[in-house]
Amino acid sequence: MSGHDSKYFSTTKKGEIPELKEELNSQYKDKRKDAVKKVIAAMTVGKDVSSLFTDVVNCMQTENLELKKLVYLYLINYAKSQPDLAILAVNTFVKDSQDPNPLIRALAVRTMGCIRVDKITEYLCDPLQRCLKDDDPYVRKTAAICVAKLYDINAELVEDRGFLDALKDLISDNNPMVVANAVAALAEIQESSSKPIFEITSHTLSKLLTALNECTEWGQVFILDALSKYKAADAREAENIVERVTPRLQHANCAVVLSAVKMILQQMELITSTDVVRNLCKKMAPPLVTLLSAEPEIQYVALRNINLIVQKRPTILAHEIKVFFCKYNDPIYVKMEKLEIMIKLASDRNIDQVLLEFKEYATEVDVDFVRKAVRAIGRCAIKLERAAERCISVLLELIKIKVNYVVQEAIIVIKDIFRRYPNTYESIIATLCESLDTLDEPEAKASMIWIIGEYAERIDNADELLESFLESFPEEPPQVQLQLLTATVKLFLKKPTEGPQQMIQVVLNNATVETDNPDLRDRAYIYWRLLSTDPEAAKDVVLAEKPVISDDSNQLDPSLLDELLSNIATLSSVYHKLPEAFVTRVKTTQKTEEEEYPDAGEQSYSDSPARVAESGASPPASTANPQHPAARQPAAPAALPDLLDLGMDNSGSAIVPVDQPATPADPPLPIVLPASSGQGLQISAQLIRRDGQVFYSMMFENNSQVPLDGFMIQFNKNTFGLAAGGQLQVPQLLPGTSASTLLPMVLFQNISPGPANTLLQVAIKNNQQPVWYFNDKIYFHVLFTEDGRMERSTFLETWKSLPDSNEVSRDFPASVINSVETTLDHLAASNMFFIAKRKHANQEVLYLSAKSPRGIPFLIELTAVIGTPGVKCAIKTPSPEMAPLFFEAVETLLKS
Amino acid sequence: MAGAASALFLLDIKGRVLVWRDYRGDVTSVQAERFFTKLIEKEGDPLDPVAYDNGVTYMFIQHNNVYLMTASRQNCNAASLLLFLHRVVDVFKHYFEELEEESLRDNFVVVYELLDEMMDFGYPQYTEAKILSEFIKTDAYRMEVTQRPPMAVTNAVSWRSEGINYKKNEVFLDVVESVNILVNSNGQIVRSDVVGALKMRAYLSGMPECKLGLNDRMLLEAQGRTTKGKAIDLDDIKFHQCVRLARFENDRTISFIPPDGAFDLMTYRLGTQVKPLIWVEAQVERHSRSRMEIVVKARSQFKERSTATNVEIELPVATDATNPNVRTSMGSSTYAPEKDALIWKIKSFPGGKEYMLRAEFTLPSITAEESVPERKAPIRVKFEIPYFTVSGIQVRYLKIIEKSGYQALPWVRYITMAGEYELRLV
Repeated sequence: MSGHDSKYFSTTKKGEIPELKEELNSQYKDKRKDAVKKVIAAMTVGKDVSSLFTDVVNCMQTENLELKKLVYLYLINYAKSQPDLAILAVNTFVKDSQDPNPLIRALAVRTMGCIRVDKITEYLCDPLQRCLKDDDPYVRKTAAICVAKLYDINAELVEDRGFLDALKDLISDNNPMVVANAVAALAEIQESSSKPIFEITSHTLSKLLTALNECTEWGQVFILDALSKYKAADAREAENIVERVTPRLQHANCAVVLSAVKMILQQMELITSTDVVRNLCKKMAPPLVTLLSAEPEIQYVALRNINLIVQKRPTILAHEIKVFFCKYNDPIYVKMEKLEIMIKLASDRNIDQVLLEFKEYATEVDVDFVRKAVRAIGRCAIKLERAAERCISVLLELIKIKVNYVVQEAIIVIKDIFRRYPNTYESIIATLCESLDTLDEPEAKASMIWIIGEYAERIDNADELLESFLESFPEEPPQVQLQLLTATVKLFLKKPTEGPQQMIQVVLNNATVETDNPDLRDRAYIYWRLLSTDPEAAKDVVLAEKPVISDDSNQLDPSLLDELLSNIATLSSVYHKLPEAFVTRVKTTQKTEEEEYPDAGEQSYSDSPARVAESGASPPASTANPQHPAARQPAAPAALPDLLDLGMDNSGSAIVPVDQPATPADPPLPIVLPASSGQGLQISAQLIRRDGQVFYSMMFENNSQVPLDGFMIQFNKNTFGLAAGGQLQVPQLLPGTSASTLLPMVLFQNISPGPANTLLQVAIKNNQQPVWYFNDKIYFHVLFTEDGRMERSTFLETWKSLPDSNEVSRDFPASVINSVETTLDHLAASNMFFIAKRKHANQEVLYLSAKSPRGIPFLIELTAVIGTPGVKCAIKTPSPEMAPLFFEAVETLLKS
Repeated sequence: MAGAASALFLLDIKGRVLVWRDYRGDVTSVQAERFFTKLIEKEGDPLDPVAYDNGVTYMFIQHNNVYLMTASRQNCNAASLLLFLHRVVDVFKHYFEELEEESLRDNFVVVYELLDEMMDFGYPQYTEAKILSEFIKTDAYRMEVTQRPPMAVTNAVSWRSEGINYKKNEVFLDVVESVNILVNSNGQIVRSDVVGALKMRAYLSGMPECKLGLNDRMLLEAQGRTTKGKAIDLDDIKFHQCVRLARFENDRTISFIPPDGAFDLMTYRLGTQVKPLIWVEAQVERHSRSRMEIVVKARSQFKERSTATNVEIELPVATDATNPNVRTSMGSSTYAPEKDALIWKIKSFPGGKEYMLRAEFTLPSITAEESVPERKAPIRVKFEIPYFTVSGIQVRYLKIIEKSGYQALPWVRYITMAGEYELRLV
């Protein structure tokens, strides 16, 4: 059944467009059809055929379904660029939506819903209304999805026209496919609305569970995904639900199986009977194992999910570790995930077999995989005390193979093993030292140096070994330099003889005078001072007992884990991130950014003096975060919000308070839409406060080839209900030009529910391009009002009147207050008003007040040692839920 | 949780767009370039099938010289979309015989039509190739009359149309078992399982109600029958969507209305330890720096009345080995340098036999200074054993009831094959 459509691609002569135009207007049907095919072919390869709009639309009225579909396809692509002409198609659309043939009726609504042009949307309502009640289920199932389309374009219209109720009625439709699509549409609408639209009652629940047995495999996924949000009233209901869902585990479609697993796991939370739970665990194991026989891409998704499931319920797959053994031909992404799960399932019972596997993998060729296998052995040693010795002997065997990267990786993990089991396995140090000169990776070098320093008293030639590194000290990467510094100090403290004394001179000199690295210099000066004032104290600090590290293979925070488990099968469960971290098109978000889990993979080598002595032995870096998506837009560079706009705009409304220090140059606005994603349109923007009013200061740059005009802006629901307080005033932008504007903003217009967060989602459109969406950040201090100053007495009263539970505090270890005056001036510029200060030991304690919109007061206490990093901020407020946002704002202000 | 694909792209091997369909208007064709840049960034290492870049998630599979990729901005169901892409491949294969760059170009009109029907607003809708081809046809089969959607598209029985008619009503049932085995270098079996499939080809008229009976221990016990060692335990059974799952859960009855033509009725897995049906031992000796010898023994460990056919043993050899000199006690061998392997083929390998192969290779006398680990491919074995199943599964009956009352003949065949059958070298 092969076609010959490729001939339509081969008409790249000069004058192609006029030729096509002529053919489109031919009196012969076949010629017209061929012409439309050529147009679509041109469109497919990316040529602009929008100028043929009228001629193509003229072919729309045809009995030929194939031709009609092609014209529709053309409309979906070009209606946006020719909104005025799109109206030409409306008549035919409306007519088609009443065609006797259900295929054509459905096609008409389906296509109209895809055309995001107001003029078409207006005319969609009547046909949609009819089609939702159509006799033919094929039309109804298409109409159901169309409601979601319309909601995406114009939510109000959907609500006003009562489509939501019509959609809810479809849940009781007698056709399972219609039900499934209605569920998908409602779930999507609910996601973008703050109002309760799609609430699953026990009544809908039982209807949907019935539909589950009859609808297509994809429909089953929609229904299961929607139902997994249902909270059963009690254990009995949960058991009933599970009973009706378990048969899905036998479905051949892996997505159905995973969604069923998700739903069962959700309901299991409520089930109290241990027998039932045990039974369910037993039932889920075989289907989960079978997922590993699926296509490799599906396996990957399954493995990322199983990773989560075994963290929550390790018993499910406790006896199935063998199925995670890597096959020779598994793609690398599958192997890496299997390894991760093997570590999680490793136990005293199976460790011998697991170690044999790891050893096998450690001799393969893929370097990343080999490294991960070596690291896995180390992690098992740390996790399973009784197996540690066997793990170490495997590592030693691997070191003997003398493959460079294997040796280096082994040394890194052995350092961690030493930290986990101090004074147990040091006898192997001699073997490690043999590989000293082959080390060339910073982490391996740093680890080895740490080992030498830590056990200097047991290594006879520790001084010689360290000395061999000293020559190249200035060229070493920072992490090695830091370790060399610490190790040399340890050596000196343990063996205060002449040799080490000379070494320490060299090192301290190198690490203070000769370096530009502030971390290194700071640490060196601390050691220097310690050594010169009180060597005994130095011993106490540098040679202090180290806390024992622990296994990190179950590293997800339980509440995050639960959230992720409720997202099984979705991207969230693949990334191990909450949806908010990567979804760029939702209208409401439920989480604040503070709830993001800290990335366990990053371990700073120098964060506070207390850790200086120990920093070489950071906990084993987590290996469980491969390619996490960049969590969110990079935060806009901190800037003085009030002063941003000097000379930047031409609105003339800028009033700069005279008592503030002038900034030498305006920091540029952060780019929110880079030209690369905006088809040449670049937008920079930031919220600012001026003269008691919030503005959105924006700059548009047109780097595209065409003039852009008709700019409009829309803000999504957000915590503060920020919305445009007027029209966006941007003139036509010729290519290569730019324009700035200040958009007045109003508050509390469209407030999103859920915990407070700083996300501001913005949509910009113009007449030439698609709608652009980007995320910006709301800096809370921009919203502080000018009337936030408090009398001392009021401050004290308010402080006392608020319960202690309303007090929240946070440390900003990186912030410094160098001068109280400057800081206070600076804070005052953002409407944080000074009330009093006192001294406590060597610390300054400052009291300030601020008021957020709607008059919610914040009472602030800042504690810091002047000129030393580390500021503590405590606040008391009637709205402690805003504290995370507040802290973020204070931290930003202190930084700038 | 709701989430849908924003667009579906079909790209050629160089990342150029062959066809793309925008479903939600929130991505552009630029996404294809972005995706491809990410794909080639990894240099050799395959990109994870789910990749994130600048607010957009790309999920993709590759088939021949075509990438099928969805771009999405929401938290969509990854399992569902990736599986959907595989189904799209199946549908295209049904239409164009093979899915490749050329066939997509040659049929772009139908491709657009199919993409419109299979997915709506980024939600998978319908992927039954057989039914789709009833109302979306390629040029050769296109008629001028406008079609209606077949009832099946929205029916509870979405996989079968009504009014099918055969003169002779027949059903062929192939029970195919694949043996997966992994033996480590110490000769221990680290993993073994059997994945079985009941592949059906149904040529039946009307809407036949079928009921399949297996020697499933749980079913027999539920019916109160004695099992006398003939019954088997299946670990995990997966059914084609035509099988009524709730019914199976209730009383282990496998009842269904089959699709027309070929399909996999069910797959199952057996986790029990399986004795390797063909055991291969290889000894590699390096006589000198430049000469290497492999001695291989292959032994069939099944009953003498069965015979393995088309046995193929792939023996990995060093990449730089040359001049093979091979002797075998049975079958023939070919050297396949592109696979760095010696392939030993034995057409017929009866049970309880042992055959030998001895091969000598020349190696270059110069070696690299630094020791680089050699690629350690396992020995891989392929074979088929007809009329035999490892599990002992038996089709006890296949009842077919149609309201016209015809008699249909079921034909059942059994075969065992090697699946991922790997023995690691010492």
